[in-house]
Amino acid sequence: MSNVFWGIATGITVGTLARYLMMRRDVRQYPSYPHAVVNHLSLGFLAATLGAVAIPALAAEEYTAVTFLALAATQFREVRSMERQMLVALEASKLVPRGKDFIEGIARTFEARNYLVLFIAMLTSGITFWLGFLPGIIAGITAVAVVRKLIGGKVIMDIAKVRAGEFRFEEYNLFVEDIHIMNVGLERTRKIYEERAKAVVLEPFNDNGREILANVGQRQAIAHDAASLLGIYRDVDTAEFTPLLRRNKDTGRIGMIILPLEPDIECLLQAVQHVPVLESAIAKPLASRAGRCAAD
Amino acid sequence: MNVSVRKVIMAAVAIDGKKVSGVPVFSAQNEEEQANIATILSRVLEAVVHDMGNGVYIVVRH
Repeated sequence: MSNVFWGIATGITVGTLARYLMMRRDVRQYPSYPHAVVNHLSLGFLAATLGAVAIPALAAEEYTAVTFLALAATQFREVRSMERQMLVALEASKLVPRGKDFIEGIARTFEARNYLVLFIAMLTSGITFWLGFLPGIIAGITAVAVVRKLIGGKVIMDIAKVRAGEFRFEEYNLFVEDIHIMNVGLERTRKIYEERAKAVVLEPFNDNGREILANVGQRQAIAHDAASLLGIYRDVDTAEFTPLLRRNKDTGRIGMIILPLEPDIECLLQAVQHVPVLESAIAKPLASRAGRCAAD
Repeated sequence: MNVSVRKVIMAAVAIDGKKVSGVPVFSAQNEEEQANIATILSRVLEAVVHDMGNGVYIVVRH
């Protein structure tokens, strides 16, 4: 067996394995269904193949093979668009929708992970090709470990303190501490809120966190995750029980009200703490001079 | 293509009908009937009932 064969074979294997490992997330994450896993594993295999053949092809002075990478870019964009379309189509059947920002984040992640697979496969096949089987496998496994660590991203508990809050009604207005949530017209609805609702307060650690939580898409993602993990006391015809997150305009603190099916506040806090910070919501005013100056 | 209306006052429920105009108004004899009509409307229209603070309920699709 030649170096070319082993290079391509290890590249494809490690790349496809990397795609599988990147998909293994908990149940609230998409995909967690067998068919979606098969889809993405197949696409990951294609990405790994494209990456794995690149270095041996270049070594054989087949420079046109590089155009394959352009093909890969087109294909990955297609993956992103496919995911986006599917999640948007499913949105109408969710009691608490994910929101456009969350969907865009998921779609972008799918595209990016295919690129990562391509690079891992390219690295593995290149090193196997030049240095041999064992160094190639070691480099591949190291790359997978590094990538898995890097793609983790931040969660809400990294940017804000999440704690239980108190809610109250002032006539028909619902407040979580000093944050006005909504106008609840009917007495019977207010009674259900008093019996079943739970309130959470999110206090950003700094101005960066404040701006992230100001993003409406980020707040929708929190509502969606909390509702899908703890269940939600609502149906399509009870819009008044939609979980809501509103902002204190002075401090940037967020008040959340939700009617979970599981009334355990500790579990609710945990669910909120582990919601991913969306890429589209990330803002870093503290990275700028004006932002730091204003934060004083 | 699905078209849906949002942030629209679908109807109002009032005991004193003179306080509302421009939207479908449902008249009620008393507060209990007003709450019942508002509840039915909110279920049927998949909308939320808000209290205007002047004895008028509005049913809003969010």
